[in-house]
Amino acid sequence: MARVFYEGISKRFGDTYAVRDLTLEIDDDEFFVLLGPSGCGKTTALRMAAGLEEASEGNIYIGERNVTDVPAKDRDLAMVFQNYALYPHMSVYDNIAFGLRMRKYRKTEIDGLVRDAARTLGIDEFLKRKPGQLSGGQRQRVALGRAIVRRPLAFLMDEPLSNLDSKMRVQMRAELIRLHRELDGTFLYVTHDQVEAMTMGQRVAILDQGRLQQVGSPQDVYDRPANLFVASFIGSPAMNLLEAERASANGLRAAGVDVALPDSLAQQLANAGAASVTIGLRPEHLAIEVTDPAATFEGTVDLVEALGSEQHVTLHVADARLIANLPAASRIEHGSSLRVSVAKEHVQLFDATTGERIGP
Amino acid sequence: MTAVARRRPWTRGLRELLAALPFLLPSLILFGTFVFYPLVKSVYLGFFISNPFRTRDVYVGFDQYREVLTSSEFISSLLVTATFTLYTVVPALVIATFLAVIANQKLPGIAVFRTVFSSTLAASVAISAVFWLVLLHPSIGVVNEILESLGFSSVNWLEEGGWAVGDRATPWDMFVAWFTDPNYALISVSLATGWMNIGLFTVILLAGMQTIPDELYESAKIDGAGTWSEFWHVTLPMLSPTLFFAMVVGTIFAFQAFGQIQILTQGGPVDATNVLLFSVYTTAFDDFRVGAGSVQALGLFAIMLVLTLMQFRLMSGRVFYR
Repeated sequence: MARVFYEGISKRFGDTYAVRDLTLEIDDDEFFVLLGPSGCGKTTALRMAAGLEEASEGNIYIGERNVTDVPAKDRDLAMVFQNYALYPHMSVYDNIAFGLRMRKYRKTEIDGLVRDAARTLGIDEFLKRKPGQLSGGQRQRVALGRAIVRRPLAFLMDEPLSNLDSKMRVQMRAELIRLHRELDGTFLYVTHDQVEAMTMGQRVAILDQGRLQQVGSPQDVYDRPANLFVASFIGSPAMNLLEAERASANGLRAAGVDVALPDSLAQQLANAGAASVTIGLRPEHLAIEVTDPAATFEGTVDLVEALGSEQHVTLHVADARLIANLPAASRIEHGSSLRVSVAKEHVQLFDATTGERIGP
Repeated sequence: MTAVARRRPWTRGLRELLAALPFLLPSLILFGTFVFYPLVKSVYLGFFISNPFRTRDVYVGFDQYREVLTSSEFISSLLVTATFTLYTVVPALVIATFLAVIANQKLPGIAVFRTVFSSTLAASVAISAVFWLVLLHPSIGVVNEILESLGFSSVNWLEEGGWAVGDRATPWDMFVAWFTDPNYALISVSLATGWMNIGLFTVILLAGMQTIPDELYESAKIDGAGTWSEFWHVTLPMLSPTLFFAMVVGTIFAFQAFGQIQILTQGGPVDATNVLLFSVYTTAFDDFRVGAGSVQALGLFAIMLVLTLMQFRLMSGRVFYR
């Protein structure tokens, strides 16, 4: 197992950059997730590590070896594709054995390894079947089997769960976490699904328009988004973002309401010297009652989405819209008036011009 | 109860048949006129020997079938046809596969090569035949000129029948001669035909290759496969239905070849290029032995039928269909 290191990697297609100046180190044996909306360059970044795309600039290291100009077949990696990419004319057994045969393993060795991998993934009863005779979940397992049968330096996964139904996806998520624990491998996992990123990744990198936005643990990225893009991309429902203007030394005004800031944050805001400020409030931080409120918003309930355990309430406050994630217990009527507050510690600030986070 | 519910099943079947008839009629008329009637008529004609103007028919029953189908001319024609099929299908398939692989690269300007490689498809039989007639001309032909410049002796392409000419004492002698005494006339006809096949096969195979998903190649690369392994383990198996299709088409074309033989060799020298279809034509319309020609045509029909069934049976297990 080995680290994967992107050193100033760019990929240009004509005049457009798919990936721009990416420097990123995926640690040995880490479950690392590349997250971003479609077209953000995450798949291109992964394919460059695999050797399926050439980098326009920069170097890629696997372990200590510079593999920038090494062809895919000599990089000793395994990859799982979104649409499985199983060889339809080969049995499950031959699909899993293919990589071993290409690398000239002995026959008895191949047999042992294939059966081990199949057992790990619970597909040993399908070994004689062709991929066409399997369900989506089973095919995905075969694709995983093909990857884990060898001990490659790293596992690359390109949205491997996106073709599965939601129930299967939950199951495979758990399975991937278990596999990572058992294999002790370096996993580089690409997804646009933040739930996958949050649940599986030890660290997450968020990309947008080919640029790296933030790297950190999922909780860290969620709690302290580095900029407005990450703030709005991570979290569902998305973070409420309110344009604010300065009201006093220690306060801002947004949606017609004064927002009091903790002293330390007010100090940082003053130091940042931002021309205009955006306030970020997570929906779950808005509550009917809080201790030490920074602000209280009163508005009309526009929409109530009950999810059983909780409800997402959309309110109109002045010219702004707020979504609050409230416990299911309180019954809220459409069109009624509602007051929600936010605690001082949960107010997040961003420079509205640069999008950068202000504060810790 | 209503009348409809009480109607008996056979009346309903009859009504459906009556309704279907107008839809079937156009194809029934066409097939009847050009396929079924000639087929039945051929069987009938096979029972008679007639004079050139068919003013006298003599009924001979199955004797003519037995005589024609066991004659040495027929056997020789069979061998020539089989050889011709082999010469025109296999090399053309191999070359076309190679051309399709290189034309399937993603390179700038590749469309030009795709067009060039498949251009022989657009050449008519007559033009191709005349083209090869000039190329293979014994004294002014380019082929001989190239051979001579490479130090080989020139070949009298269209005039040498090799193993197909003269008597062989035993089948074994014939077998040996097949390998050692080349039938240049048949090779010439095969060159013209195979050359035309290459264009068609390239188009078919290129289309087949473009349906193979890129991920399979990418996956194979990451699994450690080189160019040759990719071809052997991905391209070829994924292409097998297309190859099979091209082979069937090529075989049918070989059995239908007529124009190029008429222009290049007229079936000669002696019977060296007298393939079955050409033999049917010359027997029935040059020699005016309509009955014997019909019998040969039926023989050809039977062979095609068996061949088609065999190909499907043989390949059904090995060809991969998605």
